[in-house]
Amino acid sequence: MSDTTTSFVRTEMLPEQEPPASQSGAIKWIRDNLFSDVLNSILTLIAIYIIFQIVTGVWPWISNGVWNTSSLAECREVLDGATGGCFSVLTERWNQLLFGFKYPPEEYWRPIVAFILLFAAAAPVMFIMFLPKKLLVFTAIYPFLAFWLIWGGTILTPVFAAVGLVVGYLVYANLVRNSFAAGFFGGIAAAFVTWWISGFITAAIGPDFMALEAVPSRDMGGFMLNMILGVVCVSLSLPIGIVLALGRQSDMPLIKWICVVFIEFIRGVPLITLLFVANVVLAYFFPPGSSIDLILRVIIMITAFSSAYIAEVIRGGLAALPKGQYEAADSLGLDYPQAMRLIILPQALKISIPGIVNVAVGLFKDTTLVSVISMFDLVGMIRGPILASTEWNGVYWELWSFAVVLFFVVCYGISQYSQWLERQLATDHR
Amino acid sequence: MKKSVFIGALALAGVSGGMAAAGTLDDVKARGTLNCGVSTGLVGFAAPDANGEWQGFDVAVCRAVAAAVLGDASAVEFVPTTGKTRFTALASGEIDMLARNTTWTFSRDVDLKFEFVGVNYYDGQGFMVPAELGVSSAKDLDGATVCIQTGTTTELNLADFFRANGISYEPVPIETNAEAQPLYLEGACDVYTTDASGLAATRAAFEDPSAHVVLPEIISKEPLGPLVRHGDNEWGDIVRWTLNALITAEELGVTSDNVADKAAAADPATPEINRLLGTEGTLGEMLGLDAQWAVRALSVSGNYAEIFEDNIGESTAIGLARGLNASYTDGGLLYSPPFR
Repeated sequence: MSDTTTSFVRTEMLPEQEPPASQSGAIKWIRDNLFSDVLNSILTLIAIYIIFQIVTGVWPWISNGVWNTSSLAECREVLDGATGGCFSVLTERWNQLLFGFKYPPEEYWRPIVAFILLFAAAAPVMFIMFLPKKLLVFTAIYPFLAFWLIWGGTILTPVFAAVGLVVGYLVYANLVRNSFAAGFFGGIAAAFVTWWISGFITAAIGPDFMALEAVPSRDMGGFMLNMILGVVCVSLSLPIGIVLALGRQSDMPLIKWICVVFIEFIRGVPLITLLFVANVVLAYFFPPGSSIDLILRVIIMITAFSSAYIAEVIRGGLAALPKGQYEAADSLGLDYPQAMRLIILPQALKISIPGIVNVAVGLFKDTTLVSVISMFDLVGMIRGPILASTEWNGVYWELWSFAVVLFFVVCYGISQYSQWLERQLATDHR
Repeated sequence: MKKSVFIGALALAGVSGGMAAAGTLDDVKARGTLNCGVSTGLVGFAAPDANGEWQGFDVAVCRAVAAAVLGDASAVEFVPTTGKTRFTALASGEIDMLARNTTWTFSRDVDLKFEFVGVNYYDGQGFMVPAELGVSSAKDLDGATVCIQTGTTTELNLADFFRANGISYEPVPIETNAEAQPLYLEGACDVYTTDASGLAATRAAFEDPSAHVVLPEIISKEPLGPLVRHGDNEWGDIVRWTLNALITAEELGVTSDNVADKAAAADPATPEINRLLGTEGTLGEMLGLDAQWAVRALSVSGNYAEIFEDNIGESTAIGLARGLNASYTDGGLLYSPPFR
């Protein structure tokens, strides 16, 4: 008889085992999602086939692309009948696509700096919950700085524009305690007086004081023009849209009707019509030879257009709030501006984010419409000068793909930011 | 508040004062630049090159006028205009002259109150078809689908032509020449019709131009020329005679190479050259310019023949033959009144 005893009960736990191969990892995922039944399997195979066709069709075009020829004919010679993209149009004309064909090349750094600073200026607004409030000062300075960088000229113009704004605000802040109307009109009057005086000061100091080489609006072009129009119009139309939305809900008939007529009129007119008005019709109203800058006219029209849309989006947000919120604000004894600022608008704007982003993305893409009034934005550059040059007449896919990539990057970025913002602000009741 | 300031700031920078008085010439001299309306881009006629310099057949007319008036061929502010904005730009005074392959028609001359100062290119509407179609005449095109730019005179000409010949067609409306090219190549239409110069330029850009033929029929008259506003005849005269100087110079054999020599001293054997180049007579003075005006205009890019060859002629990718645009001495239509 041996000493060993056979135990019938394990003394230690078995280690956890991997799940069976068919029930874990990639295999399970593929089974569940791609081949769960016959129909799905067929669809999966068809989809794989289509993707395969697209990739094998497009890949040679990209990988075989020609990057360093100086004309389409030369590029076709290099390709010698093989499939391949003539991307050399991009390497040769990239500067025209980005900046337009008349922006002086040695000044390209200026819009680039303005573009980089745009992020610095937008960050305090976009990530206001993480960054110190003091950074908003830079955001306030940015429009004037960017104007100086992109348009050039003496720094006095944007500086005095900013000074006029500050003076106007100070007058407003002093007078508004007595009466809102006195503050409002006093502020505007003070600002205009400041600008009027600053005209003489600028003339006295001279137009070359800290001047960058001036670039007229007519020379702006390419993707830069889309960015200028998009950024300026979106940032202007948001506050105007809020004012219009609130005005439309106002109890004061005059304000209400002004807002209603403005919104309904602008929404009832196609943007392209407004642009033609800006370009063609306005020219008849000014004395010959004098005209307001074309970019400014276009900015006014696009801003009016998008603020009408944003106003309606925000009105939707306001309408979604239960009446109790308004009553709660009243019962706390808040006056109208306080109630709006502290209770109503934060909630209404949060609800409106997807709609506002929708309008902003649409607006950004609509800036390409300026190409029909002979402004050379990205699309205008492609349709006009580049496709009409003897060297590149006949190149389509390469140029339009480039435009698609640029617009997609920006629009997708805006979209991703808005989704992130929605998650950040999610305090909802679901 | 913020809005008004920003707009104000832009407006300060943007408002360019100064009323345009009656004399365009004085305005141009005071401004120091010529505002010349051109196309937003038409192969061979007007397009900026890789350095952003405008080049082309129409552009050369602008430069010649600028050289004649201001003595500087680069003192031109090129204002790109579309087919829709060109006339308002001229009427409102935004541009001093328009050199944008614009057809001289009765209603534009009379009703729109413009003055065409001459013709720098005689064009006409033609047809292009793939060679494999085996069509040799436009009259064989019964039932064809035709790519055509909407809102142009070509659309109306096409309808007239097909109706007159009792054949049918199906139009495929398109917006621009650039849009027509891929549509035609993909076979969305059998025929592409536009001005013959445009057809030649389009065909030249194809991967295999020999696979397409331009049919012999030219179904319309399209005299293209520069124009100015009604009512300022002094200015109109300057543009007209600058164009005529280019044409006359070809006739007389004055080129960009020999213009300096010929202008250095009057040669008694060639009185008309002397009058043209200002070594004899006072033609420049009569125009309100100096005697050397035509010399400067010709020094920029030469006479009409040189401009034609450099931009759209047979040595270029576009490869247009002179055809109607040859001097009358060579059987063409170009005929300048004498410089006397």
